[in-house]
Amino acid sequence: MLKIRGLEAWYGASHVLQKIDLDVARGEIVCLIGRNGAGKTTTLKSVAGLIDKVGGSVEFEGEELLGLPAHVRFHRGLAYVPEERRIVPGLDVRENLRLGLIASPLKKRETQAIREASMIFPRLAERITQSAITLSGGEQQMLAIARALISQPKLIMLDEPSEGIMPVLVDEMFELFGKLKSQGATILLVEQNVELALAIADRAYIIDQGAIVHHATAAALLADAEIQEKYCAV
Amino acid sequence: MAGLTLQLLGLQLFTGVALGALYVLLAVGLSLIFGMLTVVNFAHGAFYMLGAYVGMWLLMHGVNFWLALALAPLAVGLLGLAVERTLIRPLYGRGIDYPLLLTFGLSYIIVEGVRVVFGNTGYPVDTPEILQGAVNIGVGYFPLYRLFVIAATAVILLALWLFLERTSFGLIVRAGARDPQIVRILGVDVARVWLIVFGLGTALAALAGVLAAPLQGVIPEMGGPILAEAFVVTVVGGMGSLVGAVLAGLLVGVVVSMTSLFAPEMSRVAIFALMAVVLLIKPQGFFGRAGLMS
Ligand SMILES: Nc1ncnc2c1ncn2[C@@H]1O[C@H](COP(=O)(O)OP(=O)(O)OP(=O)(O)O)[C@@H](O)[C@H]1O
Ligand SMILES: [Mg+2]
Repeated sequence: MLKIRGLEAWYGASHVLQKIDLDVARGEIVCLIGRNGAGKTTTLKSVAGLIDKVGGSVEFEGEELLGLPAHVRFHRGLAYVPEERRIVPGLDVRENLRLGLIASPLKKRETQAIREASMIFPRLAERITQSAITLSGGEQQMLAIARALISQPKLIMLDEPSEGIMPVLVDEMFELFGKLKSQGATILLVEQNVELALAIADRAYIIDQGAIVHHATAAALLADAEIQEKYCAV
Repeated sequence: MAGLTLQLLGLQLFTGVALGALYVLLAVGLSLIFGMLTVVNFAHGAFYMLGAYVGMWLLMHGVNFWLALALAPLAVGLLGLAVERTLIRPLYGRGIDYPLLLTFGLSYIIVEGVRVVFGNTGYPVDTPEILQGAVNIGVGYFPLYRLFVIAATAVILLALWLFLERTSFGLIVRAGARDPQIVRILGVDVARVWLIVFGLGTALAALAGVLAAPLQGVIPEMGGPILAEAFVVTVVGGMGSLVGAVLAGLLVGVVVSMTSLFAPEMSRVAIFALMAVVLLIKPQGFFGRAGLMS
């Protein structure tokens, strides 16, 4: 479904990604792991269309994405939950969810979709009229995830969803990812919480200094303490 | 005597609110444009002046006032769309000073253009007949037309509020002002939103111009002073804040009209003194958000 070949990215003159190759097949959870500053966020942003200077190729369902503006990539079925600035501060929970549908053809059934989305995380349903900025970090992350799911994307990219979040909420979140997978969702997941991520993933790529240095099934990686030690220790 | 003074103050207060209404219309547009596009629009005063001239031209050609009130903002708003699309858009992502300098230059071009077409001297503009005269507002007789300016501004603000709070496009505007990246990844073509917001802002400036024309006539330089005042209003209210623009606009209007009652030559100084005091106490203005400029 997603086929990344020789992806490169620059911030100004600094060359951050060097020829990344990565595949995600339909129905798979693929995990991208690596140390701080390895280039995980930059990889997702390049796919989402938020990096100006990129090279190589990113094919999504057989069509090239590079060169398309970010909003067009959304319409191709790509959802991206960023690492930071996940929610819009001035809006309440419902308005944040509405934003997820604002450009989508599903907008017609907005009320129903918002009800469904807020059911994914009951905490959101309870806080539907609350200002989003007053939610806890974990609740904000749930809101961002629900907002991404509401448009029924074909591929969801999540950037460190468990970062800075209470363990109880992390469990709830990973339970959801498992459930989404059983319903056939396709997920590209960036996580520092390696064990948790590998437990639900099919395959994983390890990125270091902007290059993919290892690639294996999740099970194999989970068993490989040496590789984990080498590339995933923070 | 005391009663008379109170009456005078009351009337002057209303005069200030009417003046403030014009500031509000200008400042709301400035604030919207700055909040969304991070463009400090130095051509805003020129669009205001252009609105007044287009309105006057229409009235001169027998178009009735109500139609002119709608057509002039429409025409200037369309010009605003063209300006954003062709001149400002290429400058996004280059820092705040590029569009600032561009609009600064553009304002000179517009003013010169009007001088070429209409001449250097100004024209008076008649108050429409049914809005002539004065009505008793409790504290005394107040010009009906000024009352109309206040009411028209209130209606526009209400419409704008409904537009922002109740429509999908309004939601996009509110979200995009906080975080353009999020609306982009949710499938919104932000460039189109910026275009429309710029057009809307210039149309509001032009509307203020048409409304002001019967009060003070038209003259090519009319946009300069009021732009400075509108900037004070946005700074006092907080850059990017609409509620701030409304409250500060009315406040500045009242401060100007009260000062001119006692010391006319001090009225412009008073505005800037007000701004200095507000900035000392609250550097972001009444409702400003920290870090908007960074
Ligand atoms: N806006 C930017 N401008 C310049 N350099 C940047 C920018 N964003 C990231 N970088 C650099 O690019 C490299 C990769 O950053 P990236 O954010 O992709 O890493 P990451 O793997 O997501 O790290 P983390 O685990 O900390 O989120 C880092 O060296 C970082 O310093
Ligand atoms: Mg990151």
